Amino acid sequence: MMTERKIRVLVAKPGLDGHDRGAKIIARAFRDAGFEVIYTGLRQTPEQIVAVSIQEDVDVVAISLLSGAHGTLMPKVVKLLREKGADDKLIIGGGVIPDDDIPALKEAGVAEIFTPGTPTSVPIEFIKANVRQ
Amino acid sequence: MDLVQLVKEGNRVAIARLITKAENEAPEAAIAMRQLYSETGKAFLIGITGPPGSGKSTLTDKMVKELRKRGKTVGVIAVDPSSPFTGGAILGDRIRMSDLALDDGVFIRSMGTRGSLGGLSKATYDTIKILDAAGFEYILIETVGVGQSEVDIVKTADTTVVVSVPGLGDDIQAIKAGIMEIGDVFVVNKADREGAERVVIELAQMLELNANMGDWFPPILKTVAVRNEGIVEVVDKIMEHREFLTSSGELRNRRKERISNELFNLILKKVSAKISTKLSEENFWDSQLDEIIENQKNPYDVIDRVIDGILQ
Repeated sequence: MMTERKIRVLVAKPGLDGHDRGAKIIARAFRDAGFEVIYTGLRQTPEQIVAVSIQEDVDVVAISLLSGAHGTLMPKVVKLLREKGADDKLIIGGGVIPDDDIPALKEAGVAEIFTPGTPTSVPIEFIKANVRQ
Repeated sequence: MDLVQLVKEGNRVAIARLITKAENEAPEAAIAMRQLYSETGKAFLIGITGPPGSGKSTLTDKMVKELRKRGKTVGVIAVDPSSPFTGGAILGDRIRMSDLALDDGVFIRSMGTRGSLGGLSKATYDTIKILDAAGFEYILIETVGVGQSEVDIVKTADTTVVVSVPGLGDDIQAIKAGIMEIGDVFVVNKADREGAERVVIELAQMLELNANMGDWFPPILKTVAVRNEGIVEVVDKIMEHREFLTSSGELRNRRKERISNELFNLILKKVSAKISTKLSEENFWDSQLDEIIENQKNPYDVIDRVIDGILQ
């Protein structure tokens, strides 16, 4: 029998964003791409996101942020994952993030940032190409 | 250190990793399960089932908190449906359990059904054993939203909680044949809504008509899970049922039945894999199909010959 390797993705919304329409659309697109998507809802702390990532053993942590707090919250998730020995996960970000901020986020360990207007196929292909084997 | 040892020590990264391997049917998982087996059988398994939207996840969240208040450690397995078309899934049960994420006495794992139809996923059984071996005292298994016949949970759990809600119209009609018969504890959730009392009465009437009831009469409890109302009573009744199962010897019977089911399914799976390999090696399909289609042979004789060949 074929053993199937499923890609598991956590769609996480840290911080104080008031809505999660974008996150839900991306969750749906990931599902349609055949991924198993764990969605935890709004206003999660980095600590909660890291705990869930570990328990669910996700391959990808996709962080959606609109509030402008990406400079603090995204690197914090990366740092906590490393501390917990779960640093083999692909971390990507999406949302309203100015181009000038992207190099620093990548420096901090976020693999890629997807800004408004990106077709959902782009992060899907990125995940397929870069996920841990 | 090896994965099995880490799981036994309760290492969360290791527990999560081994569950993934079991889900993907990785060969290491089969080896690890053998090594873990002697550590299993200690946890008490509680199944939570009911129609979609009845509040299973919220109820699970509140029950876990109540068990934590009583000093127990809890594993949770939350199953959601996988898409039959893409195989993808949105696993959203955790939305209702956010503040349990940071509790070290709780481990929650979401799973897609991945093609299983009975309300659980294939890997649920291995996941139960992994959480059991990791030392969790109670394991709550939340099924997908069920209709009439997804009753795998009763063959899996020690105590099965069936959740119902008012306002589903012919809700009782929908559940009476299948999941109606499997409840050890019945919960009418969202009991602040109109019609809750009627659901309770209909459930009670149906239970009274149930002929082979045995010594345990399933209680019917009202809850408003979002407001944490009635949860203490639900947990109390589960504990009472546990006591009943233990003192009556029924627990052992249930577990025997569970193991016999599991063994039989595993045997079937291995045998069918062997048969399918053997037949394709022998070029069986190409050689037989044409003759069957042209009525030179009938399928029943062909089957008999295949089975005789395999059983030799």
